[in-house]
Amino acid sequence: MARLVVMDADRCVGCQLCMFACNRRFGEGGLEKAALKVKSTGGFERGFVVVVCRACPDPPCLKVCPVDALDYRKGGGVILNVNKCIGCGRCVDACPVNAVFWDKNANKPDICVHCGYCVSYCPYDVLAMKEVEPFEVAN
Amino acid sequence: MKLPTNVLNIDLTRRQYSVEDRADLFQYYIGGTGVATNLLRENCPKGADPLGPDNPIIFAVGPLVGLYPLASKTVSMFKSPLTGNLGESHAGGRSAISIRLAGYGAIVIRGASESPIYLSIKDTGVEFKDASGIWGIASSVTTGRVVRELETGAGTRTIMRIGSAGENLVRYAMVTTETYRHFGRLGLGAVFGSKKLKALAICGEMGLEVESRKEYRKAYDDIYRRAVESPLMRKYHDIGTSVNIMPLNLLKGLPTRNLTSVSSADAMNISGEHLAEEYLGRRVACAHCPVACIHIAGLREPYENEPYFYKTTMIAYDYELLYSLGSMLGVFDEKGLLRLIDSVEIWGLDAMSTGVVLAWATEAMEKGLITEVETLGLNLKWGDFDTYSKAVEQIVKQRNEFYVNIARGVEYASKIYGGEDFALAFGGNEMPGYHTGPVTHIGSLTGARHSHLDAAGYSIDQAALKGKLPDPKEAAARLLKEEVWRQILSSLVVCFFARNIYDKDTILKTLETAGHTVAPDRLYGLGLEILREKNQFKLEHGFDASALRIPKRILETDSPHGKVRESYLKEAVDEFYRLLASDQDPEKF
Repeated sequence: MARLVVMDADRCVGCQLCMFACNRRFGEGGLEKAALKVKSTGGFERGFVVVVCRACPDPPCLKVCPVDALDYRKGGGVILNVNKCIGCGRCVDACPVNAVFWDKNANKPDICVHCGYCVSYCPYDVLAMKEVEPFEVAN
Repeated sequence: MKLPTNVLNIDLTRRQYSVEDRADLFQYYIGGTGVATNLLRENCPKGADPLGPDNPIIFAVGPLVGLYPLASKTVSMFKSPLTGNLGESHAGGRSAISIRLAGYGAIVIRGASESPIYLSIKDTGVEFKDASGIWGIASSVTTGRVVRELETGAGTRTIMRIGSAGENLVRYAMVTTETYRHFGRLGLGAVFGSKKLKALAICGEMGLEVESRKEYRKAYDDIYRRAVESPLMRKYHDIGTSVNIMPLNLLKGLPTRNLTSVSSADAMNISGEHLAEEYLGRRVACAHCPVACIHIAGLREPYENEPYFYKTTMIAYDYELLYSLGSMLGVFDEKGLLRLIDSVEIWGLDAMSTGVVLAWATEAMEKGLITEVETLGLNLKWGDFDTYSKAVEQIVKQRNEFYVNIARGVEYASKIYGGEDFALAFGGNEMPGYHTGPVTHIGSLTGARHSHLDAAGYSIDQAALKGKLPDPKEAAARLLKEEVWRQILSSLVVCFFARNIYDKDTILKTLETAGHTVAPDRLYGLGLEILREKNQFKLEHGFDASALRIPKRILETDSPHGKVRESYLKEAVDEFYRLLASDQDPEKF
């Protein structure tokens, strides 16, 4: 199963259409539910960092969840069972690349499900859905 | 909550804030410029000193912001310290998205702080933070870096700030946001400075409900597809606004050396094509805009006497900067021009006003109206970018009376030193980069903010080169109709570059999904109403259309339509104000 990868962050113009797309999966506007983030590398003059779930083979977020609300996703990444989640936020702290975001309204994490909806709204081919071997390091 | 209706009121004097639901304003005026005009009228008393605590700063966004692509602009309004009248300036970056997703439709900043301050604004409220340790940092870029470290919210925040120009009350100081976007025109930076307000950090990432999820996604996909397929958008992505240098040079409509000329054999050096080929280092976008029109040059320069030691500076360029600091000053050395653009950016000045002021000063020096006594030893000469950079610093530091005077704009300076005939300002605002014919200048005279963006008269001139120039009455009507329509675009608020994508049907459809109902036949009427309110504000603050000064220089230098006739301009201006006051349906202008 394919998963979301950052092909080339140097092509990123910082438009954040991917973030809005991610949020729009739920049919709403704004950014509350966005599960990826584009931010500058310390000012727009230095370009952008695209923070997405890297689908760790041994996900720290899953390991620290006290109620087993996170499960392995086939092809990489994790799936959140919102009914089990108690909103403790440990997964956010555990992610070394800060790719677990927070929905303040729902008090639950926003975690990428590698659906690829954002890819079709990236005008500059920064993002792609790709089959990745379990231990292959993507960008 | 579907519409952005919350107005955040901030009192800098008392260090208090409150949030007020102004659904009344947002329902009626949509948002952006419509709402801001009314908030300005409510908060700015007659006779207010633009640099006094009575002058409010208004920021407003609209119902499409955060929902649809290309709706990424914030409208600022204030009383302009440059013209002493209506001040309005728009900027993108992340400003609009951050304001709306922090839960606000508008922000009103009143009063003045006694000591330097910066504001941290979130959905939870406002923090008033001491800025005495930041005040005096000359560079708006460095100020941005410091505030970035102090504040949370990387990726979903805007940091608006001023440089030394704003602190020192240069009347055309700007406010910078996200390093490369600006509330550039009419001196908002000086208003910040007068309030001891160094920066605003606004962070927001909330969700926005829509009327129908299905309809929202459908309307979104339609706009997105048209945006990425549009040739106009392609043009702004590929080369950027600087693509206009060569066509204007070819037409002989590129103001050169204070409009003593309209083209140059060296224009290619500062053209978008050449800069893209040799210097383009990065393109960036405003939040939620696929176009990425912001073009940034990487300028690699060696340090003197240090072998293999280089610095690379990333410098944003646009058409108006290449005109005002380039052709207008005879600077056709692109490296020198980029350095000059960078210094104007760092000090925090409006590039257009700065270039036109320096162009006037250069000619005034040639004609002996001023000497090196006034300029503190600087011999201003066309093309001498090093001396111009030094003059820019002097304008910011204002070490003698001459620099104090030119820091008030070219209109003011020329009244003191003479040379009004070649002081290129309209309504007190320095001219934009178009000498395409009469219509562009009529637009600068009649536009509510005396800006090329009010009605884009240059495009009427350019289109008429293939046919016939409209008569003065028709020119006035077309300018007014365009300016009326732009009130709607800047109430939504969408970028003017997207004006062909946001046609009437698209506007109605997107507003509906955003939860705003507006009668289809009301749009033009509303636009006219907003424009009339702006005009009313101007009249209350002393504007007199009959006293508008027409700089002689624009009548002397040939345009692509030949000599611009004063009688044509005057007839059109009269007709514009007659129509503005008439009962005629604006859609049929």
